[in-house]
Amino acid sequence: MLALLWIELNKIFRRPRTYIAFGAMAAIVWLIQLALYFDGQAYVDLLLSNLSGSFEFSDLFKTQLLNGYLICFVILNTLLIQMPLLVALVAGDSIAGEASQGTLRFQLTRPISRAQLIFVKFAASVVYVLCLLLWLALLALLGSVLLFGVNDLVVLRSTGIEQMQMDDVFWRYLAAFGFAAIALTTVAALSLLLSVLSENPIGPIIATMSVVLVFTILSEMNIPIYDTTVKPWLFTTHMVAWKGFFYVQADAEGATVRGSVENLPAVLRSAGILLGYIALFLWTSIYLFRRKDILT
Amino acid sequence: MKKFLLAFTLLMGVVAQAQNPEELVRSIKSKLDRVSNYSATGKMKTNVIFLKAPIAKVQVYFRKPDQLRILNEKGISFIPKGSMNMDLSQLFIDPAGFDLLDLGNDKKTGWRIIKLLPRDPVSDVVLSTIYVDAAAGLIRRSSTTTRENGTFELEMSYGTYAEYGLADKVIFSFNSQEYKLPKGITFDYDDGSGKKSTSTGKPTKGRVEIYYSNYQINKGVPDSVFR
Repeated sequence: MLALLWIELNKIFRRPRTYIAFGAMAAIVWLIQLALYFDGQAYVDLLLSNLSGSFEFSDLFKTQLLNGYLICFVILNTLLIQMPLLVALVAGDSIAGEASQGTLRFQLTRPISRAQLIFVKFAASVVYVLCLLLWLALLALLGSVLLFGVNDLVVLRSTGIEQMQMDDVFWRYLAAFGFAAIALTTVAALSLLLSVLSENPIGPIIATMSVVLVFTILSEMNIPIYDTTVKPWLFTTHMVAWKGFFYVQADAEGATVRGSVENLPAVLRSAGILLGYIALFLWTSIYLFRRKDILT
Repeated sequence: MKKFLLAFTLLMGVVAQAQNPEELVRSIKSKLDRVSNYSATGKMKTNVIFLKAPIAKVQVYFRKPDQLRILNEKGISFIPKGSMNMDLSQLFIDPAGFDLLDLGNDKKTGWRIIKLLPRDPVSDVVLSTIYVDAAAGLIRRSSTTTRENGTFELEMSYGTYAEYGLADKVIFSFNSQEYKLPKGITFDYDDGSGKKSTSTGKPTKGRVEIYYSNYQINKGVPDSVFR
């Protein structure tokens, strides 16, 4: 299995288009960092406009607010919506790409089961996801910290503001990246499933993106009955649960409780639901692939 | 001895009551005038309905006539609008600019209640009320209504630095505006707890508590602090 995984990883990382994702991510991160470096004040003014009636903000406050931790949060907020496309580029190609090139039948002549092949393709996609996230962590977290320095992290929610002391932030990013790995692995599993159903890699890639986009919009809608019935089961609802690590508990007087997470059981439940989806997509992929007529 | 103390306390009370509001304000002002600048370390607790903030170690700087700066030693602090009013000497920059109205003593605390009505018709301050511990010559509570920023309330507890009229603990209450951002911008994680929004849609009262320690009085404060 390890030898097979090695072969799959070689295939992925020898293809130039694999690096499009890494390049695109670097370009987006650097552009955001560049924009905020030169025009961060305007962004901070926009963020704080809602609060100017209650608080006074000095230039020093604005400079401190726009620190590496906040920039990284902004980047993750932007990129983790677009990253599924980058994941789909590889995972969606894994079976359908082989089918379109006519190498799938040849692969199956080797002494491995179809289930093993799916597992290996899935594992290779997971390694790719981890590499992407590591790259993102280097660029967005390390890069922003080096460029903007560190300070307390202030996270704006629709109905409130969370402030964490600077030495209470780094572990939250580690946890958030860990959660993002589960979330993107769900997309990889979905993409693999769609790849099993297709003979052309473009189909699964576009289909994955469409599903993610439509479900993300559905996840953001607030409709009374749907909120409690459909929404809690959409995987996109749980993909943003990494933010849960940046929502903190407060004591009776509103003071942040250090090292706390506002609703850890909910974040773990979201992780559980995503893991359930991964298992479901993987099992369905194996089930369908075992019954599939491989003609190319 | 007990009888003597009781008699002394009663006498002080009578003397204090006997002071007219102008004299009382003058005596407070003379105490506050002894301080032309100070810096102090403090612990700041912020309690605003929509804000979760850690307790911060702050450095507070003041310089006459009206410069006050609160700096977080290592981190960020949300400083409420009108925080300048945390320093009481603001009220007494120009005592002649106010008409004083003596409302007698508060029934519970015995503090003297004096209203300060600004003579300047375009003054930002519309009305101030101070609760004075006349025996100690200290303002214990104040309420200031402004045209632009609503009403500020102050509660002071005194200790080591009472002789300068500087409090050990200040509770500053202020009007906080409604806070709300569109979900489309924040992309909040809905944890399914069904927790209701803390936003009431109306202005609410925010509160900042500062516990002061280690005042450095009249030792000078550099200009750079107020830039």
